[in-house]
Amino acid sequence: MKPNSFGWYGWAMMGLILMLPASSSGQDSASEAAFSAAVANLKSGSMKERGLAIEQLAGVHNPRAIVILQALLDGRLFKLIADDKLVIGEEVDAGYKLFDAKNAESLGTVDRSATQKIYVTNNLRTSLRKIIGRLELNDNDAGVRLAAVKAMGKAVDDESLMLLQKHLSVEQDKSVQKAIKRILGLEQLNSADKTTRLAAIELLKGQANQNVVNRFNELVDKDAEGHYLEADSDVRNQIKTALVKINTQLQVYAAIETLFFGLSLGAVLVLAAIGLAITFGVMGVINMAHGELMMLGAYTTYVTQQLMPDHLGLSLVVAIPAAFIISALAGIVIERGIIRFLYGRPLETLLATFGVSLFLQQTVRSIFSPLNRSVATPEWMSGSLQINDFLSLTWNRFYILVFCLLVFALLLQILKRTRLGLEVRAVAQNRTMAKAMGIQTARVDALTFGLGSGIAGIAGVALSQITNVGPNLGQAYIVDSFMVVVFGGVGNLWGTLVAGFSLGIANKLLEPYAGAVLAKILVLVFIILFIQKRPRGLFPQRGRAVEG
Amino acid sequence: MVAALFKNDKAMIWVLVILAVISLFVPLCNLIFAPGSPLYFSAYTVSLLGKYMTFALLGMSLDLVWGYCGILALGHGAFFALGGYVMGMYLMRQIGNRGVYGDPLLPDFMVFLDWKELPWYWYGFDQFWFAALMMVLVPGLLAFVFGWLAFRSRVAGVYLSIITQALTYALLLAFFRNEMGFGGNNGLTDFKEILGFNSQSDSVRACLLMASGVTLILAFLVSRWVILSKLGRVVTAIRDQEMRVRFLGYRVEMFKLWIFVFAAILAGIAGALYVPQVGIINPSEFSPLNSLEIVIWVAIGGRGTLYGAIFGAVLVNYAKTLLTGWMPEIWLFFLGAAFILVTVLLPDGLLGFWQRRLQEQKQ
Repeated sequence: MKPNSFGWYGWAMMGLILMLPASSSGQDSASEAAFSAAVANLKSGSMKERGLAIEQLAGVHNPRAIVILQALLDGRLFKLIADDKLVIGEEVDAGYKLFDAKNAESLGTVDRSATQKIYVTNNLRTSLRKIIGRLELNDNDAGVRLAAVKAMGKAVDDESLMLLQKHLSVEQDKSVQKAIKRILGLEQLNSADKTTRLAAIELLKGQANQNVVNRFNELVDKDAEGHYLEADSDVRNQIKTALVKINTQLQVYAAIETLFFGLSLGAVLVLAAIGLAITFGVMGVINMAHGELMMLGAYTTYVTQQLMPDHLGLSLVVAIPAAFIISALAGIVIERGIIRFLYGRPLETLLATFGVSLFLQQTVRSIFSPLNRSVATPEWMSGSLQINDFLSLTWNRFYILVFCLLVFALLLQILKRTRLGLEVRAVAQNRTMAKAMGIQTARVDALTFGLGSGIAGIAGVALSQITNVGPNLGQAYIVDSFMVVVFGGVGNLWGTLVAGFSLGIANKLLEPYAGAVLAKILVLVFIILFIQKRPRGLFPQRGRAVEG
Repeated sequence: MVAALFKNDKAMIWVLVILAVISLFVPLCNLIFAPGSPLYFSAYTVSLLGKYMTFALLGMSLDLVWGYCGILALGHGAFFALGGYVMGMYLMRQIGNRGVYGDPLLPDFMVFLDWKELPWYWYGFDQFWFAALMMVLVPGLLAFVFGWLAFRSRVAGVYLSIITQALTYALLLAFFRNEMGFGGNNGLTDFKEILGFNSQSDSVRACLLMASGVTLILAFLVSRWVILSKLGRVVTAIRDQEMRVRFLGYRVEMFKLWIFVFAAILAGIAGALYVPQVGIINPSEFSPLNSLEIVIWVAIGGRGTLYGAIFGAVLVNYAKTLLTGWMPEIWLFFLGAAFILVTVLLPDGLLGFWQRRLQEQKQ
């Protein structure tokens, strides 16, 4: 058999495999023997026999087959000179780190001279690529199949088209089906037959895919000599309609993405501001050290991760209560040590807490160095949810959004349903009256401040997942979070939520037109003007408490 | 008339005498005596004192709004920086074709950004009289517009403090942008000469110290006059009982506005004097921390006396010079502790504390 005639042979083979369900267990020993024989034949000297062995190996349906073939393609398949064993090698400093080709057993590291590479010709390499693609097309994992289809789509030929066409009828997974249809459709666009081309457009018109969009745009465009690439005007019109539809789809995706980015930025703002809404909004205390309490939370995350480096996900879960406790304790110390002497003197409180913030910043700088520390992100939070070529949502921002809503709901419940919440609201409304009713206002003050500060710590945990942790972390958020509280209306948690999200979205909406910095400035200027118009924010507090 | 300004406060005369001695004696000695002579002051001392003089003027201007009118402005550094930028623009135009790129019209950073024309707002800054006018107008106008909006809608207390901070923060972000045409991140620097004299020379440094000192003394006298005028009396009344003043029929927002604008102009002049002495102006002057440092000068010195702010500015900056040279990491600890201790233990500042001690001893 000539090497190039291998094509139809492998073809028939693959066709057979596609028809057959997975081999039953009774055939195990037989297929095991065939697998061993095929592997042994790979070592044979002549290229022709090596080609046959490859086909054999592809036919035996053993999970190791793909690995061996891939290694052969990459030039990582070796024969040990000493005992003629077939091995897969990984290049390391000292030579090759070897694994048994048949069962992946590790065989230690040997010098390069102890091995002999199994070579393949270019012809064989081409067929190897196809065979691997086909084998992967039969994998049980839909992800592997999808990758195989996409790889085939990069360099299409008649054989792979026919293979894909056949595979389409047995494929169950929606996304794989879609990918196959896309490749077939893109190919049929080149057909000489007008109805085939129209059918292909029908097939492709709902697909938001970069390749499809590019191809469509090419087809309705003129080439250098002024001829349309697609000669038929009917087909061109169809493509144009399809393009319009796809473009609307793309705009929707862009809008969704902006909304998502805006919401996630808003979530960060809300997390940063919500603790402030408690201390500033409910207690009327300006806490300029709020940002530094967030920084403490972020550093707590860093420390827990250093303490348990093997359990990234767990360390993050542990960090949440740890950060709450540490920041809350720091907050209570600040309240008992400084703020309580300054009640009724808001400007002095502002200055004193600013001093605290400088102190905390420098403390952290002295302990952890002024350099930024990076906190690792657990696997389930990294990466993104790829919806299609044009829309992907990052997981960490998604989780922060969810986390923000959870914290908000929890805080609302604490204020509404618990004894502490009741007392906090009573003191906020009328301190003297609350005192007269037997509420220990000093204790409530300390606890409220602790609660607000603890939430700042939790916000710090979330922040550590999206930015670097450094001594200046808090400063970056202090002006923003005050803006959110003031914009939303002091003493109103819902106002903070609405204000945070709307400022986040406004920022992201402006960014494409104005750039990130200018967008931020515009939002700041807007708030400054807004406060002039409505000094008490979006949702002002009503009633007697306002004047007190 | 001048005598009337010192009524009831003899300490003031001493402050003025000390200021006058420093601003005349030190630069003259620097120029007349040779190094090694006991009466010689080094160029370093001269430029350091010159810087302190501008800080003292800045602190005093904040005392007018905070100490006398009760408005805690956390963005006062913005006016200082604006005045500085105006001076910087003048000095930039004076470089002429001596820049790295040798362009006769465009400053280096514009050539670097590949700009072809001078932006319209850079016109006129080659004339000193125009720049001097702008030093007063730019900070004054910003303070007028901002104050007009803020005071008219009765934004007060901590809200006002926070939006003044937001103002300087917004300006900080804006001036960082290259597109603004003020040199972006690097700001304006590499100045060559001022009014035709080499701005690095000893005699110009001595003159700048003299100018800063004289400006400070004049500003002090004018501020004192303003405080003793009707405007000042109403402003002080607003600090103590805003509602009552309003009910008496005074337009509170107008009095607040004028004192705010006056203070902003003084701050702008301070900035304009500061820039040639340090040789650079960049956006970090707008940072909220700088504005807060001004507040702590005034708080440590003592509010509502004018000379308390001068004393505080010099004291804190001297401490800063010492500490940042000796142990840089300790400076923020010191500043933080100063904020906490002064607000909790010394509400009247160091001068107020001493005055109380003196009174107690007399009794």
